[in-house]
Amino acid sequence: MAKMTLEELRKLRDEKQSALQKRDIEGKDSRIVIGMGTCGIAAGAKTALDTFLAVLDENKVDNVSVTQTGCMGLCYVEPTVEVLVPGMPDTIYGKVDAATARRIVEQHIIAKQLVTDHLFDRPAADIIKKDGGR
Amino acid sequence: MHIFICDFLLDIVQNSFEAKSSEVHLTLEESDHLLSCTVEDNGKGMDEDLKARVLDPFTTDGVKHTKRKVGLGLPFLVQACRACEGSFSLQSTLGMGTKVSFSFPLNHVDTPPFGDLPSTLLTLMSHPLAQELVVRRTLATVKGDGEYQLSKSELGEILGPLTSSGTLNLLKEFLVSQEEDLRQYYVEHSPFLA
Repeated sequence: MAKMTLEELRKLRDEKQSALQKRDIEGKDSRIVIGMGTCGIAAGAKTALDTFLAVLDENKVDNVSVTQTGCMGLCYVEPTVEVLVPGMPDTIYGKVDAATARRIVEQHIIAKQLVTDHLFDRPAADIIKKDGGR
Repeated sequence: MHIFICDFLLDIVQNSFEAKSSEVHLTLEESDHLLSCTVEDNGKGMDEDLKARVLDPFTTDGVKHTKRKVGLGLPFLVQACRACEGSFSLQSTLGMGTKVSFSFPLNHVDTPPFGDLPSTLLTLMSHPLAQELVVRRTLATVKGDGEYQLSKSELGEILGPLTSSGTLNLLKEFLVSQEEDLRQYYVEHSPFLA
């Protein structure tokens, strides 16, 4: 791949923008918040972020907001990720490796089903498995 | 402990963002045998007392986590630099900003692997507290020299807010192409050949 210039980036963005408007707006208002404290980084939060972006791209979902935050206080199950999808309970997933990140996109964000074996906090204590999903 | 040099970069630059900096400069200068990194910010800085204590893993400002007594970002970095006979220095002035400089010899057996720079830069560029981040990356080896420079303001002006997955994927593509361009100058850093 040749080194892209800022002009080419601008052009690419404009192309993508017009393609986007034609497409169904799947994923709108959905948010993924990744814990990127020292604990998260050490546990591989960046791999999770990369996978989220790649799988969203694969599925042509362009308008999920992907942001980062510090440590969420669940250092023992890092990388942790908060997923907010309209019409779904707010959830915090733990131990999100690449494979789990893929499942969260395909199962939670697209198919609207919780990935129950990685739930660590929220939506409610009674649906989280007793062993915390381990 | 972090695996990649990029993980340290991520951690240290985040510190700068959290110190309320309006501008952070990250410089990566790589030669055949040395990677020198500088993170310079204009954030709140540290007084002499804090500066003396901040490399202790049991020092934290306690703002983010009121009950926690550890702060591992800088101590991890110092430990990694020491392990491979690299260098580390910290300069800071209260109210003016902080400059962290460190280097890793690339042919030492204990030097961490470099890691994925484009994805690290993506994470930093899209950090919610990042106002301005200027990155300068140079690579000068026996095979030739290359460099690129990026700033968050420039990229944000073209792409808009760096939050949605579509925008981030575009940015990633851009960052990967910058680093790919330097690939022709990469050299093998085998500790056994040194």
